[in-house]
Amino acid sequence: MNDMSIAGRGKLPSAEEAALVKKFLNDTTLFLGPDPEIMQNHDLMPRTADEDEAIAKVADSHIIAKIRDRIQAGCDEGYEMVEQMGAAPGAKWGDVITGVYSASGDLAIASAGGVLIFSALVHHPIKFIIKNWINDPTVGVREGDGFIHNDSRYGNVHNTDQSMILPIFHKGRLVCWVASTVHEGENGAIEPGGMPSMAESPSDEGLKMSPFKVVENYQIKRDILTFLQNSVREPKLQYEDMKVKLFACLRIKQRIEETLNTDGPEALVSTLRLTMENVRAEVKRRISEWPDMTVRTYIIQDSTLRENCVVKINCKLTKTGDRLIFDFRGSAPEFTNRATNTIVAGLKGMLAQVFLCYVWPDLPRGQAAFAPIEVITDPHSIVNCSYDAPNSQSLMSIFTGFTAGQHAVAKFLYSCPEKFTKVHAPTFNMINTFVWGGVSQHGETLGNLCADLNGMGAGATVDRDGEHALAPIFATMADIGEQELNEEEVPFLQLVSKKMTRDAIAPGKYRGGQGYTMMVATKDSEQWGFMTVCQGAKIPPLQGLFGGYACGCYPLSKVKGVDVYDVLLNTPEKFKHSIEEIMNEQPFEGASYTTHHMGMGFEISKRGELFMISQGAGAGYGDLLERDPRGVIKDIEEGLISPAVAARTYKVAFDPETLAIDEKATEEARAAERKARIARSRPYSEFVKDWSKPTPPTHLQYFGAWGDDVETLYMGSPEKTRDAEVPRPNYMPHPKDVRIAELEARLAAVGAMGGEKQ
Amino acid sequence: MKVAMTEYLRIDLKSEKWECRVCDHEIAPARGNYKEGLLVHDRDPREIHPPIIDPDKYRFTFSPDPEWVRILEYCCPSCGTQVETEYAVPGHPPLYDMEVDLEALKAQWAARGEAAAPYAGPAVVRDEGHGH
Repeated sequence: MNDMSIAGRGKLPSAEEAALVKKFLNDTTLFLGPDPEIMQNHDLMPRTADEDEAIAKVADSHIIAKIRDRIQAGCDEGYEMVEQMGAAPGAKWGDVITGVYSASGDLAIASAGGVLIFSALVHHPIKFIIKNWINDPTVGVREGDGFIHNDSRYGNVHNTDQSMILPIFHKGRLVCWVASTVHEGENGAIEPGGMPSMAESPSDEGLKMSPFKVVENYQIKRDILTFLQNSVREPKLQYEDMKVKLFACLRIKQRIEETLNTDGPEALVSTLRLTMENVRAEVKRRISEWPDMTVRTYIIQDSTLRENCVVKINCKLTKTGDRLIFDFRGSAPEFTNRATNTIVAGLKGMLAQVFLCYVWPDLPRGQAAFAPIEVITDPHSIVNCSYDAPNSQSLMSIFTGFTAGQHAVAKFLYSCPEKFTKVHAPTFNMINTFVWGGVSQHGETLGNLCADLNGMGAGATVDRDGEHALAPIFATMADIGEQELNEEEVPFLQLVSKKMTRDAIAPGKYRGGQGYTMMVATKDSEQWGFMTVCQGAKIPPLQGLFGGYACGCYPLSKVKGVDVYDVLLNTPEKFKHSIEEIMNEQPFEGASYTTHHMGMGFEISKRGELFMISQGAGAGYGDLLERDPRGVIKDIEEGLISPAVAARTYKVAFDPETLAIDEKATEEARAAERKARIARSRPYSEFVKDWSKPTPPTHLQYFGAWGDDVETLYMGSPEKTRDAEVPRPNYMPHPKDVRIAELEARLAAVGAMGGEKQ
Repeated sequence: MKVAMTEYLRIDLKSEKWECRVCDHEIAPARGNYKEGLLVHDRDPREIHPPIIDPDKYRFTFSPDPEWVRILEYCCPSCGTQVETEYAVPGHPPLYDMEVDLEALKAQWAARGEAAAPYAGPAVVRDEGHGH
């Protein structure tokens, strides 16, 4: 635990007394909770004497590069093993990673594919093991041991992800660690699939594994395994993937041992350390090339997944010399009983993805690339939540935090002559997919999700449109899987899949890449349901760049009171392949058609009912009046935008039959629009006099700072606030209670409560 | 020397002004907020992100809710180029989004030499294969 300040009556304890008190407290610790000393620090551990000695012996850059490539290849091999053999749907599409960590626990080298953020956050549990278990006589760390972990409060994105961690010894000395992490999904939480939006406390979030030993002599301990299987809805998956992760770690261990045998332990230790130190130094050099500046932005979350409200992610990014500081103060306060909070390490891990996936993808993947970058937050905020706050939907806050970072960084990069990628508008950031669970057509109890979350639309770049449905922001090398293969194991079909959603656009000189429609319907189970866990049905979760627009909004649509499989069998012509047609034409008589925000708690579905959503678009770049008219026509031809919306938005004139562009008329329409802009706009100083208000609007439940004042955080109304530095409980009422109260008020207003006793 | 800071904005290090890169209009002092020299329009987001499903029938339509978010569109008063957008909660003061340390910028570019056109970044090019 942290050193404690010990105040006496005018007398400070001597160093000897303080050491004695510290020893006493260590010896009598009742509970080894998440350690702030570990969890708040993302920098590299200090160089050890062993590392100094190793570097003194081996520092030749060619040898270092050779060994790094060998270890990298070993990590890639382990990654392939997990991807090929893993049972979790996540494993099959690359929601996996492997890595090698220094003896002190820092991630030095990660596999080239997969979700880097996983391994970038596994250094925390390894450091916990080092600090607490190595010298604990009841635990210990020995050759052949393996540790398991998933509790995000000890380091992790969220509790769906399980890690297997192995210490690697050479002649009795610990030289490094290897780990493999997979998004396993199911973990016994209150809802299936491992990412419950209904969780109101950590106790609703299922299995919470602080790092503990589950492998001895390279064998999984069956008693503990049985307990873990009993704790989740997918016991077979739990076992299979623990074995897969263990064997992937053992393969990487084998490759490390080959290096130890050929080059010796010093070469390995030196390679791991120098790889990290060199990356860290290079990052500082690259930052120093940016302009000294402060950039401000904010991203709005429009729900807690339980109710719509306005939740601010505030970001001030300051670069001075070779220092870069992310300041997230002013972001919303922590929700005491909503799952969208994140621990700060999760936010940092996701910000690291901005750099390693989008700004400096040439750097070796590891912890060092983000190590020198600083992060400031308010305590007990939505981006730095407390131990007692649920965080199973931390993705909502780390993804919007990522976007704030990506948006701010772009404004630094434009003028910097040294670039490693192109300046990039924000990529879509929500996991628009279906989480599912229940009993399958084979009688198996399952709980997991569709890989469609990996099809996020890319942001446009400085000279190119964003690519459609490209990749998730947390893993540029992931896949969206084969839905048909998935359907062999689950009792529902995606009746429409991978069809671009027309007019769900992010316009600009270069437009954002678009997202596709997904329509699912249960077929072969009476015990099956879905949930969706996204924001952005009322407010776009992005900002545009340099005059470009963000994406629009993405709701959930349901059609109930229909068996669409009967429709397909008997009157197939009634089925339509777009949400637009089904919802506007309402082709199924007697069915109900409804829309919802994207935080649908787990809901049992009946055979043939339709649940329909769309993946989102990345943001646009630049003034849309500069878009090449040919690009607009191509978008019409490809079904991305309707002719009417294209003509109105982009001011392109074309023949409705042939789509031939009328260049002159287009030029005139655009010139007229530029004039119209000037005519309808007002000078900034005049505008803000009317526009800017001293407090948030009363018609919105608003959370976070307002304007420049980051000292005060609003908590749902202009009257309810907290000092940013002073945590306060922030409870939300149950949405059904809110609805009941509304309806009762209406009944009371018309005198229809029937004299009910209170 | 003039440094391109965004797609449409540059800073003249000598005159210490933000300028429009499209029409050369002098916008605002470079030590301040460039937005102060631009025009602003409060845009209903439904005009840019049109409803895909019928707003008369449904609560959620694929359009942003205009009572929850607006789009602030900033344009050059001279040429009408849309320099920046800002998705804002109604009434939220606009952001001072790029606060430049001008002295540091001058020093950085003095060391670099004449500002070239901004480099777009590395392109993805087709591999030519082995040549030997």
